[in-house]
Amino acid sequence: MPETSHAVRQVNFHVTRYNPESDSQPYVMKFDVPVREGMTVLDGLHYIKDNLDSTLVWRYSCRMGICGSCGMLLNGRPGLACNTQVLHIAETNLTVGPLPNFEIIRDLVPALRSMFDKHRTIKPYILRADEAELNDPAGEFYQSPEELESYLQFTYCIKCGCCMAACPTLATDARYLGPMPLTAGRRYNTDTRDEGRRERNEITGGPIGAFRCHYAGECSRACPKGVDPAKAIQLMKRRLVLDYLRLTRKGKPCQKLHGPGEGKPLTNIAAAPQKTVGH
Amino acid sequence: MGGTKYWTWHMAAGVLILFLLGMHMLIMHTALLPRFSPYSTGTDMVKNTLLRDGKLFFTVTYILMLGLGLYHGLYGLRTMLFELTLNSMTEKAVTFVLVIVGVGLFGLGTWAAVIAHSIALAGARG
Repeated sequence: MPETSHAVRQVNFHVTRYNPESDSQPYVMKFDVPVREGMTVLDGLHYIKDNLDSTLVWRYSCRMGICGSCGMLLNGRPGLACNTQVLHIAETNLTVGPLPNFEIIRDLVPALRSMFDKHRTIKPYILRADEAELNDPAGEFYQSPEELESYLQFTYCIKCGCCMAACPTLATDARYLGPMPLTAGRRYNTDTRDEGRRERNEITGGPIGAFRCHYAGECSRACPKGVDPAKAIQLMKRRLVLDYLRLTRKGKPCQKLHGPGEGKPLTNIAAAPQKTVGH
Repeated sequence: MGGTKYWTWHMAAGVLILFLLGMHMLIMHTALLPRFSPYSTGTDMVKNTLLRDGKLFFTVTYILMLGLGLYHGLYGLRTMLFELTLNSMTEKAVTFVLVIVGVGLFGLGTWAAVIAHSIALAGARG
């Protein structure tokens, strides 16, 4: 730790350990960690690895809540180790475990493959009928601020898996798509550049899709980025029902803007000033 | 889209049940619609029931309400049971059993409504 920091409290880190090659089931190890103000759980884990047990394994990368790698179960709630300060959630004891609803690769490292497999099934990218643009995306599209606002918050998802770990439905049925993929589906369905909603409806409106959600809302509480997956899923349900009842308008996706030199030139625009140099 | 289809009808059935139950409460437990309950004294309640059972509208409405109630209730039960799941085979078995129970109860209720209609008509003819 830096010299300027002062340990203000000893906190017992109760860390889940598990090595599938040698352990039959996970167990908990206790580490005494001197905690200073502002210290994150990730800092605490680094302290343990540097000073107490170098075999402790976890996943991390950016250290600033962007990459979504260090999702863990902190005092029973999913969160990012890098943006959770120890003294904000613990007095003397802190439990640190891997995210539930995932298999454990080792210690605090969850296997996120199941989440990304489901994510892939809902086609989380812009789908358009014009194959040329789809295969070689080079166009610019007009989208109003209101249209952007309709899906913007759902783009903040960093795929950390905290919502999936908090979801009680996923805890009882591993086949359920879960909050993250459904939120991604809602994000692209709402994007006016996209026209793949009905294609995604086949998955999101299916037996393991949005209607398995019972609105516990834990996903929204767990999200470290302030995304509201529960809202996304409820909005998706409404749209699915309207689509099924054919009560939605069949609008065209927003069109590509003209590139430089293309399109019809506008009249009565003042000419650019003459060049003053280089001619 | 199977989930969407079943869920949409589940919700639609719920709304219709609310409407039909409201009508049921109005007709059976208030005097706001005297046309359907002209006999108001306690001893004549059977006459009221026979009067309604003799009308085809009520027989059809009973059967409709029964169908909606069974679908809404059993689909809700199925959803709750799926929360405890299990696996695809169990889900299929649960669905199968609930369909059998639903169809059975619907058949029984329909038979009862039709018989009640026939009895009422026979009574009306004397």
